[in-house]
Amino acid sequence: MLEIKNLTAAIEGKEILRGVDLIVPDGEIHAIMGPNGAGKSTLSYVLSGREGYEVTGGSATYNGQNILDMPPEARAAAGIFLAFQYPVELPGVGNANFIRTAVNAVRRARGEPELDAVAFLKAARAELKKLSMPDDMLKRNVNVGFSGGEKKRNEVLQMALLQPGLAILDETDSGLDIDALKIVAEGVNALRSSKFSALVITHYQRLLDHIVPDRVHVLSSGRIVRSGGPELALELEAHGYAGQAAAGQEAA
Amino acid sequence: MTALPTRKLEAWRYTDLKSLASVSFADAVPGLAPLGLPDLGVPRLIFVNGIYDAQRSTPPDFLSGFARVAEASDQPLALINAEQAHDGVTITVPDDTDAGAVLLISYAAAENPIAFHPRHRITLGMGARLTLIEIAMGQGVYWHNPVTDIALHENAKLQHYQLQNESIEAFHLATIRAKIAASAAYVSFSMVQGAKLSRAEFHPTLMGVGAVTQLNAAQLLRGQQHGDYTCVVKHDAPNCASRQVVKSVMDDHARGVFQGRIEVARAAQKTDGYQMSQALLLSDGAEMDIKPELEIFADDVKCSHGATIGALDPEQIFYLRSRGISEDQARAMLIRAFLNEALEPVSHAAARGLFEAAIDKWWAEK
Repeated sequence: MLEIKNLTAAIEGKEILRGVDLIVPDGEIHAIMGPNGAGKSTLSYVLSGREGYEVTGGSATYNGQNILDMPPEARAAAGIFLAFQYPVELPGVGNANFIRTAVNAVRRARGEPELDAVAFLKAARAELKKLSMPDDMLKRNVNVGFSGGEKKRNEVLQMALLQPGLAILDETDSGLDIDALKIVAEGVNALRSSKFSALVITHYQRLLDHIVPDRVHVLSSGRIVRSGGPELALELEAHGYAGQAAAGQEAA
Repeated sequence: MTALPTRKLEAWRYTDLKSLASVSFADAVPGLAPLGLPDLGVPRLIFVNGIYDAQRSTPPDFLSGFARVAEASDQPLALINAEQAHDGVTITVPDDTDAGAVLLISYAAAENPIAFHPRHRITLGMGARLTLIEIAMGQGVYWHNPVTDIALHENAKLQHYQLQNESIEAFHLATIRAKIAASAAYVSFSMVQGAKLSRAEFHPTLMGVGAVTQLNAAQLLRGQQHGDYTCVVKHDAPNCASRQVVKSVMDDHARGVFQGRIEVARAAQKTDGYQMSQALLLSDGAEMDIKPELEIFADDVKCSHGATIGALDPEQIFYLRSRGISEDQARAMLIRAFLNEALEPVSHAAARGLFEAAIDKWWAEK
């Protein structure tokens, strides 16, 4: 379970998160929606441990562990996965080598046996098939020359193989056409179980047609200003974000 | 003895030999090679303190003894070498013969500083082939000043791989000259990790139509090391190609130098020249000096060069770490990826393994 309490965080002294409270129980998918500049990406980076984001107050625990003090690799080992809004290109690093190194690093940290090259390739090929990705995706350099859709599918491939307990999807729908969107959504839905939870960060409602969330939260000016069921996403789509912050202030 | 070059010479502007000049070196004395020198399963020539160790060597075919040759150039270090040389390898591969691979190890160790100046001559007849793998290593203070003269006749191909892993107190100043006839190829990869101060100077001359050279290098330096990789590629005939990819990784207060000069003679029409030098600086105190030079007298040529100096990308490191890979391993992966392109010409499996192990060891020893 992810538990965030009164979390505040700043970049270069500028406060972006101003007291976020959020609980994502195991087995649930929660969506975070909000206007540009609300702090959505900052929340995802703070939870995954990117440098340059200073936590100024509050707490975030995953399965009872304080994650904010952990280096990014330890968070990954604990089961947290961030699907990047802009996946990073790694020229000279083969995709298969990268993913296998990651999978084995995480398996080692979790006390599980490492996968040899044959076992890894078998597992990777099975996932590629589900994602309608060609096998040669593994031979290419990580994200180099990938289209926007291929990059996002590569994120989902990594997620499927790393088997996280908590996935944070940062605007995974941006830059995707409807077919790619469906494939990505299927990849997330395939992981759904009582032990898997996800935080789906998105600006638009359309991804939520395919990954139906249990709860929807509105992040505005660094705070969760409203929470509700899936119908809240539809309401936001119809009426926009204007007025949400004010409504949240009154409620708080 | 011919005087050492000083920084007043343009070619030596970035490499100061004062620290070498301040040491008094004795002539080399025979020494004992340690057990466990690298063995790649190919004929092996071992030099200890610059002297051929016949007992430990398993000589290849086409080997003949050292022969003194008058020095024709005005290169100070080659002149010093010519004055002092008393040993070296001469390999002459006959026409249309594939001589396989040969490993040449130079090992040095002595109680007091010594200097040695081996002179090697590699000649490949028409259509001949050879892979020469060199490792330079040792302990303590010494000055290794080898000169290698290479002559490749038509259609010959030499793959020349060098691992410079000298003692951290040593001086290594190497001169490699190659005359490349029509349709012949000189393919070189040089990895520099050792020595307090080193310079490898390559002088390939493309003399016949369709001659090719690939000069790649990787410098991995740390501490107070100084490494200089200098090339002068001469295009003297039409339709020749030269390719260079030089990658440097500098940590701590290390200083790297790359000087790359491409000279295209009037006759060398349709020259295809490419040069890329990239450096990664891993610390604030590291330094890299890059000096590309093109001198073109022909009017129908394609020559390009580029140089970049940067640091590891924090975004890439974070991406790897977010997938569970430790920071140390993430850096190692990115450095390895950075070096990949330079290693491309190393097609010989055992040589490739040698360099990859050397990269891993370099990183593990930090």
